[in-house]
Amino acid sequence: MRPVSFTLNGKPTRVTVDENRPLLWVLRDDLGLTGTKFGCGEGHCGSCTVLVNNEAVRSCAMSIGDVAGKKVTTIEGLAAGGRLNAVQDAFVRHTAFQCGYCTPGMILGAYALLLKNPRATRAEIVSQMDTHLCRCGAHVRIVQAVETAAAAMKGGTR
Amino acid sequence: MNPEDVKLPDDIDSELVVDGPTTFPVDRRDFVKLTATGLLVLVAIDRTGAIAAPQGRGGGYPTDINAYVHVGADGRVTCLVGKIEMGQGAMMALPLLLAEELDVAPASVDVVMGDTDLCPWDMGTFGSLSVRQFGPTLRQAAAEARAALVEMAAERLQVPASRLATKDGVVFDTADATKKIAYARLTEGKRIERTLTNKPAVKSPAAFTVVGKSVPRRDALDKVTGQAKYAGDIVPPGGALHARILRPPAHGATLASVDTSAAEKIAGVKVIRDGDTIAVLHEHRDEADTALALVKAQWTRNDPPFDDVTMFDHFLKAAPPPQTSGQGGNVADGEKLAAEVVERTYYDSYVAHAPMEPHAAVAAVEDGKVTVWAGTQTPFPLKNQIMQALRLPAEKVRVITPYVGGGFGGKSGSRQGVEAARLAMLAGKPVRVQWSREEEFFYDTFRPAAVIKIRSGMDGAKKLVLWDYLVYCAGDRGAAHFYDIPNHRTLTRGSWGGGGGAGAAGLHPFAIGPWRAPGANTNAFARESHIDELAAKAGLDPVEFRLKNLKDPRMVRVVNAVAQKFGWTPKAAPSRRGVGIACGIDAGTYVALMAEVAVDSTTGRVQVKRVACAQEMGVVVNPEGALCQIEGCITMGLGYTLSEEVHFKGGQVLDTNFDSYELPRFSQVPKIDVVILDAKDIPAQGGGEPAIVPMGAVVANAIFDATGARLYRMPMTPARVKAALAKT
Ligand code: FES
Ligand code: FES
Repeated sequence: MRPVSFTLNGKPTRVTVDENRPLLWVLRDDLGLTGTKFGCGEGHCGSCTVLVNNEAVRSCAMSIGDVAGKKVTTIEGLAAGGRLNAVQDAFVRHTAFQCGYCTPGMILGAYALLLKNPRATRAEIVSQMDTHLCRCGAHVRIVQAVETAAAAMKGGTR
Repeated sequence: MNPEDVKLPDDIDSELVVDGPTTFPVDRRDFVKLTATGLLVLVAIDRTGAIAAPQGRGGGYPTDINAYVHVGADGRVTCLVGKIEMGQGAMMALPLLLAEELDVAPASVDVVMGDTDLCPWDMGTFGSLSVRQFGPTLRQAAAEARAALVEMAAERLQVPASRLATKDGVVFDTADATKKIAYARLTEGKRIERTLTNKPAVKSPAAFTVVGKSVPRRDALDKVTGQAKYAGDIVPPGGALHARILRPPAHGATLASVDTSAAEKIAGVKVIRDGDTIAVLHEHRDEADTALALVKAQWTRNDPPFDDVTMFDHFLKAAPPPQTSGQGGNVADGEKLAAEVVERTYYDSYVAHAPMEPHAAVAAVEDGKVTVWAGTQTPFPLKNQIMQALRLPAEKVRVITPYVGGGFGGKSGSRQGVEAARLAMLAGKPVRVQWSREEEFFYDTFRPAAVIKIRSGMDGAKKLVLWDYLVYCAGDRGAAHFYDIPNHRTLTRGSWGGGGGAGAAGLHPFAIGPWRAPGANTNAFARESHIDELAAKAGLDPVEFRLKNLKDPRMVRVVNAVAQKFGWTPKAAPSRRGVGIACGIDAGTYVALMAEVAVDSTTGRVQVKRVACAQEMGVVVNPEGALCQIEGCITMGLGYTLSEEVHFKGGQVLDTNFDSYELPRFSQVPKIDVVILDAKDIPAQGGGEPAIVPMGAVVANAIFDATGARLYRMPMTPARVKAALAKT
């Protein structure tokens, strides 16, 4: 057990835990952030995706010790100033979800892509999202939503 | 920033709502608590204090209208239903039906779902029945509530009821618009106590003002901000311990010996042993995982002697005797009339539900009453199971269903809810059971693998004269054909439910159960593949051949509509264009699909490039919701068609995660074009399942058109496609 300090959704955060524990369960069990979902536990589905220094990572496969000193963003930290971010907004407009269980991971995965490459083409979106699973089959709408979000982010909207 | 304070952008209503107001509840926080954490009684007592689900049900919908609808003193209306929301959109469609009959704005309606203490009894959410079968009950209750409110208004306003009309939650005098009174003032939040002398009729579809117009999802904001609570997210006061349960390595195995001493040494671990149930509990999930890995157990195996390769031979021997599910004319006559008798056999594999949310439940016990938050499609049956397992009376068990992260039939069984309740009792603390992906595969009630044998024939005029259909293990849903065939017979050996020792003893090594349109996918694959093969033999375009042998006007209509949507040009297969058609009837709905595929002859990989769908489902309650379901069906259907199959050896399920069990991915998803046909004169039919039914066949038929190779087994994996190509 040792203290691990990092920035969580913009706030300085410190937890004293075994540094090998998975980020996913520290977020869910210790920090009460249940928006990050458990889907497979082995890095296959993307439900547990969060941002670490703006890169999409699978929180089930990363240990809490590895985020020391870094910036972690979960789905709860995406909307700012009472407004949805561009990707969240586009998911609502396109009804890009059904059960919603894959949605936090999808939104964060797409957001990470657009932060890096706001001009992402449809092919780039599909390839980035290909390791994210959605059992409900919202794929067509998710791609449309990410395209809409890309257009909004290019235009300077968050 | 507290995410609960996030608002939807101001402009979003106008974009999403066709002709109607937003349906996001006015007080979102209240609503979240209503549905997600079940703290309804504490939070919303002023508004819904009068709500109490009728007790002691166990079958049948209650007749008391107050079980379904409550008009609060503030004018908010609560719609109470025993159905649950798993992504399919019942949360939107059902309140629309209520708003329509009650004459209130959809935006003024809140919905409480799947809570056994608050909602009217319901058998479960499956079979595309929410709108089709429960819808009429809900509409009737709302119509009665409206009639009762009109009677109350007549007395208050001193105006004959016949002169009164209703709109937007207000009763008014048609002769003098100044005479009016709001529902809220009539009920003042209390129950509607009134016996109607005449049962009011529900509206005719022509009078609908809100049904048939798209509404945005009520759950959108919750789901994009991470605020939506699923069973595993529920934290009861004081927190819950994660429980990991020791599982056998194979179905049929029994525990010989167990040593939990190493697990017990982990700080904070509590080990529970109850008969053969061994569970390790810890505040943190990952530490419970670690502890479980330290439990040493010996098992005695008792595996059935077949696997995913030899299973078909086993079915042919072990299936129960045939039952006739349809018959007409005489197959012997058909044989005589047939220019040639064509015999083919089709095979399907076990398929998993694999919802992204594994089964989860949280249970807490207070004053001898156990409350279980469960991801389930069947809260009321689960309540009964818990009552039985723990020997508790009805009033001591409450099941609350938060958002469910996908079901598809797989959460009709909710063993995790019983496990959580039992462990919470034993531990004396709230317990969370959240299955691992491996447990999810192990205890899934798979769609059964199946064999279908068809003997058919046509006469010299290319008219079907013989259809002799025998299905093993997939059951009779969708087994009946809808072609115009004088001599036919449909035999069924074994259903899609039961399995593992229970139903058909020893037929399957594990439990099988309802999987999105149970059995119908398998039956449609065989029937529509076979029809296609006959069309090719006849040298006719597959659409022309179907229309030549079809009379059912609803089917003719969807076939023509899909051809138009797709831009079909007639040609006999194989035309090397890679296009195909397949159709089906499911849950009262008619559907036809067309697909275009590309087949890589080197790798055997099939890429579905586009799919067109024409669906006629009677009255459409929420068109946008119906569209989402159709797209979801087509996308999900790619999986059982091309890649999904459960690998097993005896009682051991070899697939434990998504590395070997392959779900459809973004790169596989086709362009999808949908037309929903207008059919206002037909009552609302099912929408959650039909479009998935023809997916296997439409792809098989398109592969044949592309290559001349016919696939008889699903999934049509690259290896199987290559093997079929080698035979051409
Ligand atoms: S839970 Fe982490 S990738 Fe599936
Ligand atoms: S919306 Fe249900 S898994 Fe994607």
